[in-house]
Amino acid sequence: MRLAIACAALAAAPIVASAQELPVGGQLAASCAMCHGTGGRSAGGNEPLAGMPKEELIRKLSEFRSGAKPATVMHQIAKGYTDPQLNLIAEYFSAQKK
Amino acid sequence: MKRIVDRRSFLKLAGAATALAAGGCAGFGSQAKARVVVIGAGFGGATAAKYIRMWDPGIEVIVVERESGFVSCPMSNLVLGGSKSMDELRRGYDGLRRHGVQVVADQATGVDAAKRVVRLARGGDLAYDRLIVSPGIDFLFNDIQGFQAAMDAGTVLHAWKAGPQTVALRKQLEGMRDGGVYVLSIPLAPYRCPPGPYERASQVASYFKKAKPRSKVLVLDANPDVTSKGPLFKRAWAELYPGMLEYRGGAKAIGVDARSNTLKLETEDVKGDVLNVVPPQRAGDIAAQAGLVTVNNRWCGVDWRSMESVAVKGIHVLGDATLSAPLMPKSASMANQQAKTCAAAVVALLNGRQPDPDPKIVNTCYSYVSDNEVIHVASVHHWNEKEKTLTTVPGSGGVSAARNELEAKYAWSWAQNIWNDAFA
Repeated sequence: MRLAIACAALAAAPIVASAQELPVGGQLAASCAMCHGTGGRSAGGNEPLAGMPKEELIRKLSEFRSGAKPATVMHQIAKGYTDPQLNLIAEYFSAQKK
Repeated sequence: MKRIVDRRSFLKLAGAATALAAGGCAGFGSQAKARVVVIGAGFGGATAAKYIRMWDPGIEVIVVERESGFVSCPMSNLVLGGSKSMDELRRGYDGLRRHGVQVVADQATGVDAAKRVVRLARGGDLAYDRLIVSPGIDFLFNDIQGFQAAMDAGTVLHAWKAGPQTVALRKQLEGMRDGGVYVLSIPLAPYRCPPGPYERASQVASYFKKAKPRSKVLVLDANPDVTSKGPLFKRAWAELYPGMLEYRGGAKAIGVDARSNTLKLETEDVKGDVLNVVPPQRAGDIAAQAGLVTVNNRWCGVDWRSMESVAVKGIHVLGDATLSAPLMPKSASMANQQAKTCAAAVVALLNGRQPDPDPKIVNTCYSYVSDNEVIHVASVHHWNEKEKTLTTVPGSGGVSAARNELEAKYAWSWAQNIWNDAFA
């Protein structure tokens, strides 16, 4: 119980009350992580998205959506997103460390 | 709205959960603005816990998990088929700890929503500001007479939770004579992983084709027809396993006679050498104990913008336990995506903001029809204000054009990345 009491003393320390904001596009882009890795850092196989220049990712996603770029699944997923949403997603990944 | 983690509840935590003592004071208590407790460290719970810590390190997150490690259901059919091993499906909880998540090895036995407390099997309570319940499924064993006794005796298995039963079922298949019959019984939808049974049938047939070519796979489906990727599965069966795999729709199991290895259907009895019965399912036990089950005594209704229960405020429900939205499967992908909607909503609410009113999530389910060919189904779901639920985005989603080897590479990469997304 000594440990518990010591911890309880710490628990009485001042409360941090900063209003935490998610990174821009973070919630939207988090959907991509199940195939492309957390923050776009893929374990391999599926393309890593972290650090990809924004324009390059927007171009790829737009080409998937239009059908110009052949795909197994990305053409079906890209059709679920609007231009502003793809823009936010690309912006998010371009800002991630590789 | 916010509730501070007070001295009393902290003492309760420290005194009750001895597993926490190993972690000492580090990482929790001192600076936390709020505490989130998560029940269940599967695809839903582990991912939510990690993302809350990523998005707001000021929130204390405690995960309660009764299993000592994670075993993935996705890819477990490949163990039955013989192309993957159990060790490839396992993950531990150290990655969560590196994100500052406290992992308590215990079982939640009840929830007092008025007091905002989770009761633990080993005694003691865990106070929470918000609770996330991600309990997976439990089975309606009594719907299939004689099944539970046969399962307890080790003769008839479901193997619909990856683990010891996966290993035992593989042993049954290995021990079966060439020329024997493997019978797979599928319950009425909704159940965990809609394409899973058809993938399993394909994997067992793939194994038989190599090792016991005179054997048969008999699929007895309570549903009228294949519930997911039907044309792709049927084409694979016809082309890869002709004369070996037989599919019957509208064949609902009502009982098992383990002594004679007989499955009892509504209309007839069917004998087999290996019986594999997937029973009907419902939200995991703790969901009912917490008062979260809202539909047919089976599933938990949620607000899809926050994953908050429609029955109990302050409690969020994830994954297979939820009453799925239209065209939404009970899948690891969906649990992963729901976890992020939930994490973002919890972070927002605990910081005095409103959750994203217009979430958008993606499903991608891969199925192996042999050891090297895969098919997928994908969908994008968004908030539909008129219907007050998630519906699929018109024009999005679809299935593979045909089974192919390239998607086997993508499927395995999906597995690595979704496991990492939860546990690394």
